[in-house]
Amino acid sequence: MDDIRNVLIIGSGPAGFTAALYAARASLEPLVLKGLEAGGQLMLTTDVENYPGFADGILGPELMEQMEKQASRFGAEILPVHVTEVDLSTRPFAVRAGDQQWRARAIVISTGATARWLGVPGEERLRGRGVSACATCDGFFFRDRELIVTGGGDTAMEEATFLTKFASSVTLVHRRDEFRASKVMAERALANPKIRVVWDTVIEEILGTDAVTGVRLRNVKTGEVHEQATDGVFMAIGHDPTTALFRGQLDLDDEGYVRVQEPRTATSVPGVFAAGDVTDTTYRQAVTAAGQGCKAAIDVERFLEAERHNG
Amino acid sequence: MANIGTVNDSEFQQTVLDSDTPVLVDFWAEWCVPCHMVTPIVEEIGTEKGDGLKVVKLNIDENPQATQTYGVMSIPSLILFKGGQEVARVIGAKPKDAILRDLEPHLV
Repeated sequence: MDDIRNVLIIGSGPAGFTAALYAARASLEPLVLKGLEAGGQLMLTTDVENYPGFADGILGPELMEQMEKQASRFGAEILPVHVTEVDLSTRPFAVRAGDQQWRARAIVISTGATARWLGVPGEERLRGRGVSACATCDGFFFRDRELIVTGGGDTAMEEATFLTKFASSVTLVHRRDEFRASKVMAERALANPKIRVVWDTVIEEILGTDAVTGVRLRNVKTGEVHEQATDGVFMAIGHDPTTALFRGQLDLDDEGYVRVQEPRTATSVPGVFAAGDVTDTTYRQAVTAAGQGCKAAIDVERFLEAERHNG
Repeated sequence: MANIGTVNDSEFQQTVLDSDTPVLVDFWAEWCVPCHMVTPIVEEIGTEKGDGLKVVKLNIDENPQATQTYGVMSIPSLILFKGGQEVARVIGAKPKDAILRDLEPHLV
């Protein structure tokens, strides 16, 4: 109830579950608070081809289910709880979810990142009515329709390619003249007969009353503006770290990522460690998140051991 | 432990639109991961509100009519009906307090 845990892990993607696995095997009896988007970003993909150890690929949700089972097997306690507040100003730290509260000697922050939105007129209003940031979630509703995907990284390539399963056509709108996506993904998208690309272009506004009917596009090089009819717009423009909970309590960089003391996972607050996309603006892969989760657990173990020694 | 009923296209009029109590309809599908997170929250809300609210879920794969009639283009979608009319809609997976914030003004 109000007993003090050794370590509390906030978030349940590859970073969180790997931290939980290692902490459990170190007999730290970790508690994982899964969060609303339990399982993290891999829950919203289908085939994961680039996680090592799976020569034939594995479905994102299946991979996360395995990670959860593995952590649980060694004694990690895992709760489907969404943290609403943390207090890192005192030891032990306090973590709250609505009326429930836990206290812990150490915390691992692995809250990951969430999809970014454009912030253009019409986007908020038409969300769920043709505007989406999740192809696997909402692609189903657009059979034989025309779609726009905006973005230039791997997520955009994946979303666009996935959506060709349903849509009659997919237009990739990208603000530059080349993709930053990995070669394999970019080539796959470009080779798809249902996908066409509009370069050097941004969406200025999303149009429609009760549902999306079109977009207003602007060419960033020529300034030319024109409207294009479409039935749906999918955002794939990147992710922002989920750190609102920690603002003002620990060091974040300008973009909101948690600053850690590489190569370790220590944050600006002793006893608080961070792993995964919440710290990482460079790599953002499931396997690097898992690796960092392992580091966080080892860092926690050493931290608690040192504390015990020093009285 | 099902505190949430099911409704289909043929029963929609009777169960939802003709109901004297407000009805919260949870549009979901088996393949929709965020839906599995929202449905337990909807069950909790149903239990807490007791006789003041009926909660039902509608599988969109099996019930295209209601899905199309109410313009559901993203799931999970929660639609609150009162007196046969839509009065509130919550789209996407959200924490319980956020969902309640949108629904409670209509549940006096």
